[in-house]
Amino acid sequence: MDLRGWAEIALTLGLSVGVAWPLGLYMARIWAGETTWLTPVLNPVERGIYRVLGVRPEQSQGWKGYSFSVIAFSVAGFVLLYALLRLQGFLPLNPAGFGNLDPHLAFNVAVSFVTNTNWQSYGGETTMSLLSQMAGLAVQNFTSAAAGLAIAAAAARAFAGDREVGLGNFWVDLVRITLYVLLPLSIVVALALVATGVPQTLHAAVTVTGLEGAQQTLALGPVASQEAIKQIGTNGGGFFNANSAHPFENPNPLSNLIEAVSITALGFATFIAFGRMARARKEAASLVIVAFLLVAAAAVAIYGLENQTVPGLLKAGVEAGQNLEGKEYRFGTAASALWSALTTGASNGSVNAMHESFMPLSGGIQMFLIQLGEILPGGVGSGLYGMLVMALLAVFVAGLMVGRTPEYLGKKVEAAEIQYAMLAVLILPLAILGFSALAAVLPAALSSLLTDGPHGLSEILYAYSSAGGNNGSAFAGLTAATPWWDTTLGIAMLLGRFGYIVPVMAILGSLAAKPRLAPTAGTLPASGRLFSGLLLGVILVLGGLQFFPALALGPLAEHFQLLASLRP
Amino acid sequence: MRTYIRPALGSMVLFTLLLGLAYPLAITGIAQTLMPEKANGSLVRDRSGTAVGSALIGQNFNSPAYLHPRPSALAAAYDASTSGGSNLGPLSDTLASRIADGAATLRTELNLPADYPLPADAVTTSASGLDPDISPAYALLQVPRIAAARNLPVGKVDAALKAATRGPLLGFLGQTRVNVLKANLLLDSLSGEAQ
Repeated sequence: MDLRGWAEIALTLGLSVGVAWPLGLYMARIWAGETTWLTPVLNPVERGIYRVLGVRPEQSQGWKGYSFSVIAFSVAGFVLLYALLRLQGFLPLNPAGFGNLDPHLAFNVAVSFVTNTNWQSYGGETTMSLLSQMAGLAVQNFTSAAAGLAIAAAAARAFAGDREVGLGNFWVDLVRITLYVLLPLSIVVALALVATGVPQTLHAAVTVTGLEGAQQTLALGPVASQEAIKQIGTNGGGFFNANSAHPFENPNPLSNLIEAVSITALGFATFIAFGRMARARKEAASLVIVAFLLVAAAAVAIYGLENQTVPGLLKAGVEAGQNLEGKEYRFGTAASALWSALTTGASNGSVNAMHESFMPLSGGIQMFLIQLGEILPGGVGSGLYGMLVMALLAVFVAGLMVGRTPEYLGKKVEAAEIQYAMLAVLILPLAILGFSALAAVLPAALSSLLTDGPHGLSEILYAYSSAGGNNGSAFAGLTAATPWWDTTLGIAMLLGRFGYIVPVMAILGSLAAKPRLAPTAGTLPASGRLFSGLLLGVILVLGGLQFFPALALGPLAEHFQLLASLRP
Repeated sequence: MRTYIRPALGSMVLFTLLLGLAYPLAITGIAQTLMPEKANGSLVRDRSGTAVGSALIGQNFNSPAYLHPRPSALAAAYDASTSGGSNLGPLSDTLASRIADGAATLRTELNLPADYPLPADAVTTSASGLDPDISPAYALLQVPRIAAARNLPVGKVDAALKAATRGPLLGFLGQTRVNVLKANLLLDSLSGEAQ
């Protein structure tokens, strides 16, 4: 640990919220259908798309119509991507001549990208044709993010409205968010990344003869355009197997700063946009503060842990104060620790260092951030509606304590909302713990592990946390490209995405129809220190009660093994 | 149902054309026009103009006359057609014995005492297996070996390694590091002058 590292962490965290502010105000205008400086260029395109889709933009949908649209869109995306992956060997733009994907791998990848998880069961540069990367994976990077942001817009309308039936039009939200937010941002970030050295070419590789006379083949491709949306849209699926640790995805500290800030920027911006649209700025600021505090605390803790004594280095008489296994030297422990907190807190899943080689407790913190429900600040859109579910539970708990019907942002929170909220909250433990328990006893699953003992359990637990939380990062020692893992992880991703979205939409539909009440003397303010503390408590207690026993058997047990191994 | 199918399929097809083809091709066009060197992988060339590698991607070196990189976890060290780390946890026995073996070999090669505290990057593998950099401390340890093999004064080798060293951006972003391939190109040009 040094001052340089702390300064790097502080600047990156500060910028991630700093850029989110103007971005959030801009996004609120897009959600509300207001004109912006891009309107003269994009409005004709927007109108044209509505005509092709047969959508009447002024028609607002109820929660069921909106949900059906989300699901129909995701199914269409899945079918197209699955077909593309199964047929890539016959299709053009395949200079390296890769074959078609196996059915179970294609299923896993298609589900993974449609659910904004972007788990990598495959090595990008050794499996995917350029067409699959561009027209398949990169498209889903945009659309799965846009779908999440659309639901966040619907959430803002549900709270903003007074006895409304409609939540807005999904297709309009989808098109506007893609055209006005994701595409312009991606263009800017992609070009900035090329300027830092990220390649952007249609050649798949170049072969050179090195100084010692050995041949070296450098895998290339349209990396920058994909890297940009991968971070902005909290997707995280890398162009290369090593993801953002690969020097071509993330060549230097500047590219690392741009990418790390991009991981959380749009997530925090969604909270700000919600605050503006639902006329609840202070309340939204509380949500931002809680998310920020948790993810910052995790970054600080992991940076501290990565500078503890590493047993293997100590035994070999090597300088043992920095855990550099699985880390790139240009980033060191500071930038690697910070990124690992941001990517797990934000449901991004890209990595600039290998999580499996982190210290045991660091891995535990990474897992715990995912298990808290991907709300710190979570995936774009999904982080906001996840956090709103936690806020509803927080006011419900407070309401129980004082014996009043709880309210959040002027909407009464009653039995129906709490039942749906509990349904949503229980999906994650079902997907994570249910599958982990099965995998821990089935030989077909266990044969994929790289390690046994507590570290092996961490591999299992991390994999299903990542899938259920739609994160996508991994303890990559696990060989996941087998029928068992591809299939069950795919199911966990579907549960984590749609098992959450449907109850959330039901809550939004119910809240939208209620009158928005003015606050009275008896209303618990949903901002300030008291509420933030309450929300923080609910998030930690809920996550802790659900996952602490499993974490105790994995990373925590391994931490004590580590302490024991350091004793002389 | 039809009210959902048409916009669902229609939007996917339109987005595939716009985001999957137009967007990456437009970025490729702009990047290839404005920043062709970087867009094509930041290739570095020797004095004859032949590409010998990428400034961003590590390369394996075995000769005592060259600066050596970190170990690589890839099946073939620094094979840049693939990428990845060892994924071994800090308590792994496999990792501990790999580090011990690596440290012993390195101490012999560098003529160091058996308990010399080597810098950690000299015996750990990176996340990508393609790390282009090493620490200044590890570079410094290799100076005597390189100078002897090239018959050059230690000061000149040292200066070449310094020239290939980059500090943190703005003084605090990223670590101070030595680019192995750049250092070796500089060393080759030094030897060229001496001859």
